[in-house]
Amino acid sequence: MRWRHLDKSVFLWLLLVAALLLLVINPLARLVWSSFQHGATGAFTLDNYVAAYGRWRYVEALVNSVVLGLAVAAVCVVFGVPLAWAVSRTDMPGKGLVWAAILGTFIMPSYLGAVAWILLAGPNAGWLNRAYMGLTGAAAGPFNIYTKAGLVLVIACYSFPYMFVFTRSALDLISSEMEEAATTLGAGVLRTTLRVTLPLTLPAMMAAFIVAFLEAIALFGVPALIALPGRIQLMTTTLWQFFEFPPRVQVAAAYAMPLLGITALLFWLQQRLIARKGYVALTGKGGERRMVKLGSWRWVMLAYCLFVTSLSFFLPMVVVLQAAFAKAWGRGFSLDNLTLANLKFVVVDQPITRAATLHTFVYGGASAALALGLALAIAYIVHRRLVPFGNALSYVAMAPFVIPGIVLAIGFYAAYTSPPLVLYGTAWILILAFTTRFLPIAYANSNAALRAINPELEDAVRILGGGRLLALRRVVGPLLKRGLAGAFLLVFIPATRELSSAIFLYTTGTQVLSVLLFDKSDEGNFEYLSAIGLILVIGTVALVLAGFRLVGRDFMLKRTAA
Amino acid sequence: MSKLALHHVSCRFGGITAVDDVSLELEAGEFVSLLGPSGCGKTTTLRMIAGFLNPSVGTIEMDGDMISSPASALPPEKRNMSMIFQSYAIWPNMTVAENVAFGLEVRRLSRAAVRAKVDHILDVVRLAALRDRYPAELSGGQQQRVALARAIVVQPAVLLLDEPLSNLDANLREEMRYEIRRLHDEFQITTVYVTHDQAEAMVTSDRIAVMNQGRIEQVEEPRALYARPLTRFVAGFIGRTNFLEGEVHGAEVVFDHFAIALARFVEPPALRGKVAFSLRPQSIHLHRRPPAASERTCVIPGRIVQRAYLGEHWDYVVRPKDAELQLRVTARPHEVFELNEHVWLELEPSQMAMLR
Repeated sequence: MRWRHLDKSVFLWLLLVAALLLLVINPLARLVWSSFQHGATGAFTLDNYVAAYGRWRYVEALVNSVVLGLAVAAVCVVFGVPLAWAVSRTDMPGKGLVWAAILGTFIMPSYLGAVAWILLAGPNAGWLNRAYMGLTGAAAGPFNIYTKAGLVLVIACYSFPYMFVFTRSALDLISSEMEEAATTLGAGVLRTTLRVTLPLTLPAMMAAFIVAFLEAIALFGVPALIALPGRIQLMTTTLWQFFEFPPRVQVAAAYAMPLLGITALLFWLQQRLIARKGYVALTGKGGERRMVKLGSWRWVMLAYCLFVTSLSFFLPMVVVLQAAFAKAWGRGFSLDNLTLANLKFVVVDQPITRAATLHTFVYGGASAALALGLALAIAYIVHRRLVPFGNALSYVAMAPFVIPGIVLAIGFYAAYTSPPLVLYGTAWILILAFTTRFLPIAYANSNAALRAINPELEDAVRILGGGRLLALRRVVGPLLKRGLAGAFLLVFIPATRELSSAIFLYTTGTQVLSVLLFDKSDEGNFEYLSAIGLILVIGTVALVLAGFRLVGRDFMLKRTAA
Repeated sequence: MSKLALHHVSCRFGGITAVDDVSLELEAGEFVSLLGPSGCGKTTTLRMIAGFLNPSVGTIEMDGDMISSPASALPPEKRNMSMIFQSYAIWPNMTVAENVAFGLEVRRLSRAAVRAKVDHILDVVRLAALRDRYPAELSGGQQQRVALARAIVVQPAVLLLDEPLSNLDANLREEMRYEIRRLHDEFQITTVYVTHDQAEAMVTSDRIAVMNQGRIEQVEEPRALYARPLTRFVAGFIGRTNFLEGEVHGAEVVFDHFAIALARFVEPPALRGKVAFSLRPQSIHLHRRPPAASERTCVIPGRIVQRAYLGEHWDYVVRPKDAELQLRVTARPHEVFELNEHVWLELEPSQMAMLR
């Protein structure tokens, strides 16, 4: 091998591959390793598994999580499928409003939704209970959010958009001709819909069912706000309790294994469902599509859509806004109750929240930039076959997709609290954890963007004397700019609101808003919590609007399909 | 010393041998085409010369320096070559002038020198008026000229062209063939040109290397290649032809119901056993009456079995008397024969190219 013949950029590629391994493989390996490690001595042991599953309370939590996941996914079907059908296939009025409300649901962090639902359906003081008492004169309201049913409702409210997006994309690809074929054979609208349209979308719905299930069992924020006070044990809250001082990382690692296993298995199943296109008529050219005429039923449909989106978006948004601008939220909607003090307190007065606001957006931006840079580089390496085993790299880059945030955080904690690399206590552990967590989003987007670029454009740079890096800077980079701006935002947005991994990795001095919101929740100062949530929402809305300008209206709802 | 030399180069992808033991040498300033059907390995060969692919076997040398071998290869950016791609690969994010200037900037020329060279080359390819346009605003032919200007302006040691005209319409393609040759005459850059179009290769090239199934079948100047194809593939691929198969018996070659004396052929000592020849349709002449005997020709009787008038010429299919063999003959427009008419075929054995 002659030195002059060596393409020097190869060192950069190797460095990037090393970075990828450090971000994804190292935490995972350390997670598995420490689950077999004795807490004090570091010797090999199975005690952690005994400790994790030796008590009924912990096993019950696991069962509760699975039941919760199934219930949430079922409610998602009830919420999401009719909405998708109504928006995609019918002449229902007000589609724009429904679409906007679903986008709003996407934008609202689920833990903020939980805060809102405590305001709405907290026992006695909740708005819905007070309304009920006011209307009926009863002494107590019927609603209590601190129950399993309440938990299912809140989580489903923030998972059903997946069902909506998946089902709607499938419906959008079914041509009206198939439905008309059934109609000409004498089937009515209802029969056609039930026998033809819905079965064709079944694989997409199953895939969404799995996603909703996985979201529900891996979620930390909503259970922490609702299940903990309600004394409902779940997998994620149990994991968190293992981390209360003194942290029992090894036991937590052992306890996280089934969560990891279930997620990996179901994700694999979901990919197979999506890949089986032969069953669904998922041809890109769907033919002409005509809207089903609902007649007067279209108002019923609209009412249902508004009912669902009220639960997920309109009601929560109203109470959060009210509380954020209220002197005391319980005093209701009146002008003399209005104040800007909460917001001012959060953004200006209190140093901790002021810092957290800054951290949230700095960490989010930094991890989005890192994730995108790394994802792009890895996608490039894989596409141009710069190193052997490129496909394995692409699996590694997508792997965090199947790692629940809370499990990833435990892995990061296990990997980076002890030498050689001590990141715990610095902002870097949060930034890198966010980077890893959202790397798959960045990778899927980079991959799609790169595929659209003819490799000859790069070959032309090289043959004219420019190296690969110059080709990247002068040609590939500028051509990718637009697509990557969208991808940047798609990482930035979830990174600003990430709670489940942040809660394990923050320290005093590196709080972000989501952590602060959770931390302050037991103080019961809901005006303050709402103000924090509102800042997050405002930040997200600004980012989403930037995304609209850069990439187009659908960019946010498309990400799940990627 | 030759400018560019390929020594026994092979390239394998998995179990498939795309290029099989190719050897080729180019003199400085020479224009050589790699001509062959799709999948014959010509583009793979070109990409190995460019350095985008490594040979599995063999070496490539430039000015005597080894630039490619199975073990290591000089990266494309250090070869001082330039290339025109099938897709043109004009960078859509840069204007015409920026595209053309790119290679000069990489070579760290002064701003003034870049400007002067870009202006000159854009004049040469007649694009000066479009210098600030973006590629999306150009026609196919204009994009093609940008690609040419961008590749030539750096005065590369070797210029590589990969089917550069295949995306143009017929008229433009014909015009650009002459344009490419004109630019070569002006700049004298050593050039390797890949094409599947024989007319393109004939117009542009000093020599043509005909490739088939990964191998070079023959390398020759266009005229010699046409007149003296060495293999059945070359004879059939370059222009139309008739194949005649015969056997040497004593002092003559016996074909299907006619024979030609051995002494009339160009290389009689080589003739032994079964032999095959290529004879071009325009090398056969048709007569109503037996022509006067001559030293150079031989005459056999036959019958017209098919004919077509193509404006510029007649296409006849003639069957020699009693033979199964059918010969294609091209005749001038005024040489009119009727179907089934008995004619005399006049062949020149010196025009018959013996095939391997």
